[in-house]
Amino acid sequence: MNDVLDVALRLVAVLVAFLVLPLVIGQTEHKVMAHMQGRLGPMYAGGFHGWAQLVADGVKFAQKEDVVPAGADRRIFQLAPAVALLPYLLVLIAIPVGPHGLVGTVVDAGLFFVLAVMGVGVLGSLMAGWASANKFSLLGGLRTAAQLMAYELPMLLAASSVAMAAGTISLPGILDAFHWWWIPWQIIGGLVFFTAGLAELQRPPFDMPVADSEIIFGAYTEYTGLRFALFLLAEYAGIVVLCGLTTVLFLGGWHGPMAGSLGWLWTLLKTALLAFVVIWLRVSYPRLREDQLQKLAWTVLIPLSLAQIALTGVVKVVTS
Amino acid sequence: MPEASSTYLAAGYFHTYSVVGLVAAVGVLFVAVAFGAGRLLRPVAPTHEKLLTYECGVDPVGEGWAHTQIRYYIYSFLYVIFAVDAIYLFPWATVFAAPGFGGTTLVEMFLFIGFLAVGLLYAWKKGVLEWT
Repeated sequence: MNDVLDVALRLVAVLVAFLVLPLVIGQTEHKVMAHMQGRLGPMYAGGFHGWAQLVADGVKFAQKEDVVPAGADRRIFQLAPAVALLPYLLVLIAIPVGPHGLVGTVVDAGLFFVLAVMGVGVLGSLMAGWASANKFSLLGGLRTAAQLMAYELPMLLAASSVAMAAGTISLPGILDAFHWWWIPWQIIGGLVFFTAGLAELQRPPFDMPVADSEIIFGAYTEYTGLRFALFLLAEYAGIVVLCGLTTVLFLGGWHGPMAGSLGWLWTLLKTALLAFVVIWLRVSYPRLREDQLQKLAWTVLIPLSLAQIALTGVVKVVTS
Repeated sequence: MPEASSTYLAAGYFHTYSVVGLVAAVGVLFVAVAFGAGRLLRPVAPTHEKLLTYECGVDPVGEGWAHTQIRYYIYSFLYVIFAVDAIYLFPWATVFAAPGFGGTTLVEMFLFIGFLAVGLLYAWKKGVLEWT
């Protein structure tokens, strides 16, 4: 009975984190972007500095008419937002938050599981682009797929470097093996992983799949109301997952002063810091062209991650 | 007791993935509830104009299918080759520094990376990594 309760509690915790953290990041993005651009951002909803803006947005989305274009492939079109969103929920269960089993569930092949499941989210965008009966959506969907070719490999290679350092692919296992000097040792891999992750999330400067000045809003052009909101939620849940994973793999997760009692706080702080960087990059960099991303990935990120693997291998064999 | 420990491992395995399955079920339930609630809350007032593909705001010409030059396919070839290689890294990564491996596996690793690098250099030299 206790076991059932334990699992139920973990499920609820993961669902709550999945629904709350993206909103916190979204609201932070509103305010941070506004201040970086010398304006106020939302100030009205909820009274204090517009804290309820996203709640108001949610209410608005839920009341909007759900238009499915007559030419669209109806079922696929309607399912796409769910396919884009749910992988991030699944990944969240495997990310360790603190020591002593403060994790949804310990997946033995955690790193592998996480990377595999995150890749599924792209299918949602592809389905949306394909089913919309819209040329620009199709182009957006294809760009999404092309982007997968660019970032997935550097991401895999950078992540496997950490697996080499730790000698395990279980995420809590990686954290148990962590030492502070891993941060400078794995820094190249960390940068590659984070950059590739930005491309996966289609965040600026890698937002060519939704480039509004070229292809309207890419694969999401035809969506309205709740389904559009789910795509947005997927993007912000993706930021949570990417920053959480980068924290766990490259920044030592819950390690820090008083990790025994405050480990979870360290994880949250590091994740929040990375999320801030994601927002910061959106404000400061112009969008790359689609082929520039491919070139960046194949001529910079992949060689760098291979170099990181070589470095990890040499250091590990020499020190052990 | 190899038998007992492997039974334990298997139990842990199924427990882990049944929890993952439960999360997936919770997720599907969440989406179903959201879509169901949305259906109850939102107005439905379709008109012919509204159901036209929005595209870029102008009435669409032709269908969703259009001729375009897809240049990504070379990348997908490259990607498939490299990704299959990368899969083999993970099992290797967990044991390569274990006692009894050491130097030999390190040489193997450099061979592996060398193969990848030569392949990449070849593609680069052939100019498939650039469009212009």
